[in-house]
Amino acid sequence: MENEKNHIIPYRTFLYVLALLIVLTLTSVTLTQISLGAFTVAAALIIAGIKSTFVLAIFMHLKFENKMFSRAVVGVILLLAAVITITLLDYLNR
Amino acid sequence: MAAETHRDDLASKTGMWLFLFTEMLFFAGLFVVYSVYRFRNPEAFHLAAKELSVPIGTINTIILLISSTTIAMSITALQKKNKKFALLLIGITIFLGIAFLVNKYFEWGEHIKEHIYPGSPVLALRGQGDVLFYGLYFFMTGLHALHIIIGLVFIGFIAAKIVKNKIDSESFVLLENSGLYWHLVDLIWIFLFPLFYLIT
Amino acid sequence: MSNQKEITEPSYLEYKGKYKGVFSWILSTDHKRIALLYLFSILSFFVIGATLGLLMKFELIAPGKTIMDAQTYNAFFTLHGIIMIFAVVIPGLPAVFGNFLLPIMIGAKDVAFPRLNLFSWYLYVAGVSLVIVSQFAGDGPPDTGWTFYAPYSFRTAGTMLPAVFGAFVLGFSSILTGLNFLVTMHRMRAPGMTWLKMPLFPWTLYATGWVQLLATPIIGITLLMIVAERTLHIGFFDPSLGGDPLLYQHLFWTYSHPAVYIMILPAMGAISEIITTFSHKTIFGYKFMVASVLAIAFVGYFVWGHHMFTSGMSGTALYTFSLLTFLVAVPSSIKVFNWISTMHQGSIDLQTPFYWAMAFIFVFMIGGFSGLVLGSLAANVHLHNTHYVVAHFHFIVFGGTGFAFFGAVHYWYPKITGKMYDTKWANIGLVLFFVGFITLYGPMFYLGFKGMPRRYFDYDEVFHAGNIISTMGSWILYSGLGIIIINLFSSLKGGVKAPADPWGGKTLEWTIPSPPPVENFDEIPLITKGPYDYK
Repeated sequence: MENEKNHIIPYRTFLYVLALLIVLTLTSVTLTQISLGAFTVAAALIIAGIKSTFVLAIFMHLKFENKMFSRAVVGVILLLAAVITITLLDYLNR
Repeated sequence: MAAETHRDDLASKTGMWLFLFTEMLFFAGLFVVYSVYRFRNPEAFHLAAKELSVPIGTINTIILLISSTTIAMSITALQKKNKKFALLLIGITIFLGIAFLVNKYFEWGEHIKEHIYPGSPVLALRGQGDVLFYGLYFFMTGLHALHIIIGLVFIGFIAAKIVKNKIDSESFVLLENSGLYWHLVDLIWIFLFPLFYLIT
Repeated sequence: MSNQKEITEPSYLEYKGKYKGVFSWILSTDHKRIALLYLFSILSFFVIGATLGLLMKFELIAPGKTIMDAQTYNAFFTLHGIIMIFAVVIPGLPAVFGNFLLPIMIGAKDVAFPRLNLFSWYLYVAGVSLVIVSQFAGDGPPDTGWTFYAPYSFRTAGTMLPAVFGAFVLGFSSILTGLNFLVTMHRMRAPGMTWLKMPLFPWTLYATGWVQLLATPIIGITLLMIVAERTLHIGFFDPSLGGDPLLYQHLFWTYSHPAVYIMILPAMGAISEIITTFSHKTIFGYKFMVASVLAIAFVGYFVWGHHMFTSGMSGTALYTFSLLTFLVAVPSSIKVFNWISTMHQGSIDLQTPFYWAMAFIFVFMIGGFSGLVLGSLAANVHLHNTHYVVAHFHFIVFGGTGFAFFGAVHYWYPKITGKMYDTKWANIGLVLFFVGFITLYGPMFYLGFKGMPRRYFDYDEVFHAGNIISTMGSWILYSGLGIIIINLFSSLKGGVKAPADPWGGKTLEWTIPSPPPVENFDEIPLITKGPYDYK
């Protein structure tokens, strides 16, 4: 807990991440203007996933926190995925 | 009165993360509904999405990304004992949050002018896929906007505390927590944006 | 001994703080007082819910109208369900015994967020108040059942909005309690108390906390969707607008199934404490007990479809859910085995809490087995929506959580009140309660198997005899309940003063005075041994 106070993320880091996030956003917009079929949406969602990872890791500090937090976040995401998957198991097979 | 407790910043942060998990699960229910109805009405969703303004959606996405950056930077500023800069960054965050809401207001206004809103007979005539798409659009972006308002109020309180030096370079977990909440609001929009605007 | 220990600190009941009178209770952030605030509210609502049940059973003593018409019966079973589920058994053990005992059992002075704890109680009161409003406002009380199924829940004239919103607010109370307990256990265990030295009741509160946190929001959003259907005609569950009513059921049960684990896990934790203490022997298989608790919470998240077997789900969904339902029974069975093994070659002290624990095991197993019957797809076709289901969930929820609640009350009563209750009347109450319980719910298995539907105010003459027996059981049960409650209250005045450790328990609550001082411990203890150190 002590290294918490001493660990200061430089302004630069945040600005680099912002630049990356904006690039990723514009990429996903451009990609969807090109029709890639079903992969268009998958690509947009994968990019959204990458953006989220950076927001979680850097802005929300997970990279520098106790591993317990990241593991919990991953756990919750997996839980969400499981619930959506099992529900769709019903709809896909009707 | 309860027992006196010494300050435990890690407990405070853990509590905030747990609360964020509840927010994630809260929106998850809507993502479930979205997945099911998108699966059942792929064409209608695809066509309805074209009616949304990608430029406004993109601008709003970038607005939120910048606002996340500024509030994250404000923590660094406070840690460096740069109170004025911290407050400036927080001010920008709040300004951008309001800008997002103003954009949303105009976006919704456009739809409502065309009589597209939940329960509208015009919408019902367009078919079930459209009803579901717009129902989800208004509900999810509306709930998200509500969370933006809550986030702005929270951040406003924190800014006041910083002004009064109740939050400073030695004790700033509340600023961190308000940042976490704001980032969550940003995260939700990172997924809402492609799911409504980019499925064309 | 230091000078301080000779001056007896006031107990949390006598403590005079900033506020006076009733304000010293409703503005207190002391986890022990908050626990009693919950106990008072929950017991009151339990009595209301039980009275509704008693009246429902009276209606069912004969076919045709007895004391109420069909619409009233529908309103009664709706309110009975909402109260019992959302206002009694879900908050139940965590809010009362979790609040009182958790900090003490882990060697802490309070929970992580005491003010949030008080706020959770305020939310509870606000939630139940809204539910009560729904009974008297508008065009008539809700009549959908506590499950609020779409599309009826957005088409009925009954006053749904306050009831649905009340449930939403109650959900928040549950979430914040779970959050508080999770942080408390992560951050405030006494030095030396590693996770695997923590007693089992806190472990069950830990698993329950995760379920409260991660499942409740889903019903929160689902209830909001019902509000949107009723007010905005949004169309999510309305077939005429493209919605699927079955999706409502999926969302509803995605929470409401894990909710039953919120109900039963702390109950199992209390039973573990009781059995260990009165067997004067350490719990058999501590690590397996911990693993089972976590497994139940985890697997329990994925079985919700077993409430929907006859609703029109796909075949894949049907057998997936049935398989997972059988799987979740395994850790529960491990726990029953371990409880019995704990008693084996123990030095048994036959006290009222132990009788409750034995009764718990008996009814819980019946409830559990009947759950396996219902989890079998073929059987479910015949038994769904019959009284067999009603019997199953009353055996496992009332029998499970309810019996454990009364066991916990009698176990921790000396610690909480500083008095001993009258054992004779406690046991008489228990016997009447148990006999009434079996008489009330036992016949329902048979009635359901023979085809008597649930949630109907009328039935065919062929079910008459079984219903007479069942209704008489409700009278016996209710009298037993009356004796138990009166005994608990009268012992407050007339009971013998309780020592710190009347039962020979080994967990931390038995090392401090009865009733405890405000800050629980003079000094936070240093833990060097496991929780059940019987040598």
